[in-house]
Amino acid sequence: MTGWRRRIWLGGCVLVLTFLVTVPFLLMAGVNPLAAYAQFLIVPLTSRFGLLEVAVASIPLLFTGAAVALAFRAGYWNIGAEGQLLLGAVAAAGIGARVSNLAPPLAVLLVLGGGVLAGAAWGLLPALLRVRFHIDEVVTTLLLNPVALLLVEGLLNGPWRDPVTRFPESPRIAVSAELPAVVAGSRLHAGFLIGLAVLAVTGFVLTRTPAGVKLRAVGLGPDAARFAGIDVARTLIAAALISGAIAGLGGAGEVAGIQYRLTGGLSAGFGYTGIVVATLGGLTMGGVALVALLLGDLTVGASSAGRALGIPSQAGDIVQAAVLLVTVAMLAVNRYGRRRRPRAVAVAGAGL
Amino acid sequence: MQESGGGPAGLVELRGITKRFGGLVANDAIDLTLAAGEVHGVLGENGAGKTTLMRILYGLTSPDAGQVLVDGRALAIRSPRDAIAAGIGMVTQHFALVTPMTVSENLLLGRPEGLTIDLKAARRRVEEAADRFGIRVRPEAAVADLSVGEQQRVEILKALAGDCRVLILDEPTAVLVPQEVKALFETLRRLTADGMAVAFISHKLSEVLAITQRVTVLRRGRVVGAVQTARTDERELATLMVGRPAQAAERPRGSPGPAVLEVVGLDASGRQGLPALRGVSFSVASGEILGVAGVSGNGQTELAEVLSGMRRPNAGSVEVAGRSVAGLGPRQMMAVGVGRIAEDRHAAVVLDLSVAYNLVLEHLDEFRRGPLLDEARIRANAEELIERFGILARPDDPVRTLSGGNLQKVILARVLSRGPAVLVVSQPTRGLDVGATDYVRGELVAQAARGAGIVLISEDLDELLMLADRILVFFEGRVVGNLATASADPEQLGLLMARGTAA
Repeated sequence: MTGWRRRIWLGGCVLVLTFLVTVPFLLMAGVNPLAAYAQFLIVPLTSRFGLLEVAVASIPLLFTGAAVALAFRAGYWNIGAEGQLLLGAVAAAGIGARVSNLAPPLAVLLVLGGGVLAGAAWGLLPALLRVRFHIDEVVTTLLLNPVALLLVEGLLNGPWRDPVTRFPESPRIAVSAELPAVVAGSRLHAGFLIGLAVLAVTGFVLTRTPAGVKLRAVGLGPDAARFAGIDVARTLIAAALISGAIAGLGGAGEVAGIQYRLTGGLSAGFGYTGIVVATLGGLTMGGVALVALLLGDLTVGASSAGRALGIPSQAGDIVQAAVLLVTVAMLAVNRYGRRRRPRAVAVAGAGL
Repeated sequence: MQESGGGPAGLVELRGITKRFGGLVANDAIDLTLAAGEVHGVLGENGAGKTTLMRILYGLTSPDAGQVLVDGRALAIRSPRDAIAAGIGMVTQHFALVTPMTVSENLLLGRPEGLTIDLKAARRRVEEAADRFGIRVRPEAAVADLSVGEQQRVEILKALAGDCRVLILDEPTAVLVPQEVKALFETLRRLTADGMAVAFISHKLSEVLAITQRVTVLRRGRVVGAVQTARTDERELATLMVGRPAQAAERPRGSPGPAVLEVVGLDASGRQGLPALRGVSFSVASGEILGVAGVSGNGQTELAEVLSGMRRPNAGSVEVAGRSVAGLGPRQMMAVGVGRIAEDRHAAVVLDLSVAYNLVLEHLDEFRRGPLLDEARIRANAEELIERFGILARPDDPVRTLSGGNLQKVILARVLSRGPAVLVVSQPTRGLDVGATDYVRGELVAQAARGAGIVLISEDLDELLMLADRILVFFEGRVVGNLATASADPEQLGLLMARGTAA
């Protein structure tokens, strides 16, 4: 498909441009850029501990990447995975602290289910505004992200504040609500497997079911989809809700698998990075998995590069930010290119 | 019959013009001479290379090989600026007018002279043109308020500014009603009497015969004939153009059956919320083709949208086989047996999806096994329809890669394979070449013979006269004429289309 080549081309551009953009900063920090990238990308993969940590770091990105990719496939530009993930975490922390008397499978299911519902609920309003009033979801989903963060901080500084330490942290969740470890003695929890399962199911639905083809048709040609009898509004709302649900599940996974409580720093911009993951991954679920692991690699590598090369650990953040900005820029270029394609038939009648 | 250099002295001469777009040879060593005082027809099917050739002459496209001679001297025309300096003007199919501005202002924009704006001079030019060439248009009128024909006159005025000696008109009659075509021809006669050369691009034989002195016929990028108009006829030109005698889809017109579509008092709004359909009533019988004529923008588009379930009517009833369907969506419209061939082909298919998926897009839920898509059956369905409708494509090709004719065949296959009771067809052959046009028309006739009731909306009067049993004329959202095709003549239809009354 022509779209395929275009995606690979865009992905390649992003990588090359990111490298070029970050070289001056790495030179300013006094390190050889190639050595820095070796630390960022290769060193984490050379040890068992490093590999497990890479997987851990990729978990939230698997969810947000899948969430964003699914929405984008439907032509629904959900930039709100960050807020949806936070709401999922809020629900998980709230439920998790109250299920100590339930057996583990049920408690975990309740926590994750709460995350799913909360994430979907946070995505509902922008979807309705888009479908009913044609209000651009890019703006509304984006603007709801800081609202979600304020909600988290309000809870942590208000009702959920730790009564003893006065730290802005929610009460620890019940042990029965924790996600089990995949590899004993490591931080790698079942969220990783759930994330991969979500990717597999989403990918399967998109390519193998009528609903998936309808969703793609709506994204590729909303007019044609409507003409073919596909309910575009319903499809968009469904895509938005499922996208929010997946992001919310990711938030619940972070609470139940790693943090065990809600903190102000629960998300290191996972929702925004999810946009990078989805876009770089070519909006395919396999691509999302690869890019999530790549960025997990980068995250782990950047934190160790600080120690190994004596450069500020923010260098990793710079690379991440550069990837994000370059991706957004390429996305804009891509959209601009699409918009400018002339519509021959529309012009013919324009004289009237 | 074949002439080489025997014509009048050449003002502009094209020699061996060749232009390739990738693997496609759009122009293959084309020779063409435009003489002072003649209207020279450039005739050919869509894709024959007419427009490319003229774009090269006007500097919009650069040739891969060949020469342009003006007054016998070779000239490199690299941009329209060069062309204008050489006295060549062009009116393309898409007007480049600033519509909120007046006619005079638009003329000034085309050719700003000096530092100050001289609206009076522009106005004088408009008045002069009216006297000399019979181009009548009010200099103070805002372009947005003008009809398409009048806007075209403004474009011609723009092209004539300065010392234009060669005027290129790319399909100038495509947007005009018959009366406007007459006025245009009158103008062209006066321009050539004045010593100008006019290149008249068209694929309409009757017009080429009516206005030109010589005709160059292109087929697949080559000159296949250069003839004196007086010494040729429609049949020969058609044969040259198509490579075989064109045949009309004649059909036996039997007595129609029971009504399958009944529309009463239909009101609907258009894109901007203004009334587009006002009290439209008609009925279509089984086996009948009802033509809908009108200048574009008089409610035909909205009628098609209402009947397709894409637009909700404000009032009135629509019945399909006795069942009330007004206000239903596209899915339900299809379910009651309405097949839709949309005006904008590209908006009826998902361009980035494959041929196979587009063929089942309207009925995805019938092509599944349990909850999953039945890929094998989708493929088999595609292969069968590709075979039956002669679509030149593979099932996995994205629809985006198909030519206009094949795209239309995909849409036809999708609709006709369902055996619809009612067909709503908009501009089914617009932009198609003669072969594809014949095919589409033949299919429509076959559908009527099968017993479908067909609403055929078309801006091509010849098509309506050829296919329709009756013709409705739309004007400002109303039905202003309902004529049996046998007793309708183009003149009368043109008046109804242009003014809403035949009086």
